[in-house]
Amino acid sequence: MSTKATIDLPPKGGFSFDLCRRNDMLSKKGVSPPSYRKTGTTIVGIIFQDGVILGADTRATEGPIVCDKNCEKIHYMAPNIYCCGAGTAADTEAVTDMVSSQLQLHRYHIGRESRVVTALTLLKRHLFSYQGYVQAALVLGGVDVTGPHLHTIYPHGSTDTLPFATMGSGSLAAMSVFESKYREGLTKDEGITLVSEAICAGIFNDLGSGSNVDVCVITKGHKEYLRNHLLPNSDVYALKREYTFPKKTEVLLTKVTPLKEKVEIIEGGDAMEE
Amino acid sequence: MQFTDAKLLPDASSCSLDSERTLYPYVTGTSVVAFKYRDGILMAADMGGSYGSTLRYKTVERIKPIGQHSLLGASGEISDFQEILRYLDELILYDNMWDDGNSLGPKEVHNYLTRVMYNRRNKFNPLWNSLVLGGVKNGQKYLGMVSMIGVNFEDNHVATGFGNHLARPILRDEWNENLSFEDGVKLLEKCMRVLLYRDRSAVNKLQIAKITEEGATIFPPYSLKTFWGFEAYKNPTIGAEGSW
Repeated sequence: MSTKATIDLPPKGGFSFDLCRRNDMLSKKGVSPPSYRKTGTTIVGIIFQDGVILGADTRATEGPIVCDKNCEKIHYMAPNIYCCGAGTAADTEAVTDMVSSQLQLHRYHIGRESRVVTALTLLKRHLFSYQGYVQAALVLGGVDVTGPHLHTIYPHGSTDTLPFATMGSGSLAAMSVFESKYREGLTKDEGITLVSEAICAGIFNDLGSGSNVDVCVITKGHKEYLRNHLLPNSDVYALKREYTFPKKTEVLLTKVTPLKEKVEIIEGGDAMEE
Repeated sequence: MQFTDAKLLPDASSCSLDSERTLYPYVTGTSVVAFKYRDGILMAADMGGSYGSTLRYKTVERIKPIGQHSLLGASGEISDFQEILRYLDELILYDNMWDDGNSLGPKEVHNYLTRVMYNRRNKFNPLWNSLVLGGVKNGQKYLGMVSMIGVNFEDNHVATGFGNHLARPILRDEWNENLSFEDGVKLLEKCMRVLLYRDRSAVNKLQIAKITEEGATIFPPYSLKTFWGFEAYKNPTIGAEGSW
């Protein structure tokens, strides 16, 4: 008698290469795969005096087209941890959602506030196991018991711990602002100004970034999510007219004509009486 | 008639042998940054000549005066830059030989360079450079750029290579028409410092050049001060043992 049952085990992890041959055959025949919706982005983070400030632009692109003018790139991970994502939109959303759920389960298990390194390790292990095919480049920031932390995570799974970080197509423009203006011990307002300047540099100098600036300030025990903190592109194309059209057609006369006669029902009628 | 050997063909349009045309650059210079200021043009470039990923030459002057009115800065293949200098030498010489009191200004030199670069590119034998041409003539400031494929334009501030991504955002924000010399140098240093931090082929030895109505001055090389003392750099994993 054998206690061993043949269990169909799920694959242990890593990338499943089953469809690669088929994709290869299709592309040789001229059928190209659908293009990804990329966030083509500027995302930044800095460590300031009391914690971490994250910033992001709000443009999502599908090739040359802007498919979402005001998307949210700063994702929630834990009450004290937020993560900005650049790269393929689906990948950043899915991976941050997944790790956010894992963090919550972990919090129930340990009964304590999540730490930034936990999120970092979960994310990097996942991305590494997919060997770079999950194209998510992230800026992870938060404040936990050990202090403020800021990390960057690359699609292949490597991470850096930095005082200021930028990712995405607009990262060079934003980095030029940081390298010239960052210093340690910034106050909250100075930090928000610096982050906004860096994102604006990305918005105006990089074609993959645009629209508005989102900012998220995380300090010990408190967070502020400033959605659309700056709208530098709002009135750019507003047509300037010296005259205005009236908002709706002018009402001259109101008269109600009922289409059907109102029928008077008299009680105690004879017809139909039972 | 049978042309059996390509070498016998008179070379009318394109070079037949691959060894006779530029396929890739070998010794390269990195970015050049330049902008107009109150009295003329300010230009800066570092003095590095990289051979692939080796930093081979550390005293390459990539900014040269041309005639009386212009400055030429180049990034890209150094040997092609030297060839361009020879062409321009000949041009200026012929112009001087006319001895008619007129001298080629920056606009003219820029036009000449555009024609040269574009024609070379059409023959599939480009001069692998991005050139920055700045100058002042009769009080008119001029700053233009030509790339290796012949794209040319004129602007108030230009940068080549990495400078486009790292220096242009700073210049777009902080440049104005009436920069004094000191402010201009500070702005240039700001840009060159970011390039030094973030461009792998940059060296910390740069030359600043200015050109005004009076003439061109190329200042002696010096290095920039850099700051590496962030707390976070000293012990990055202090709160996260085992990470990096």
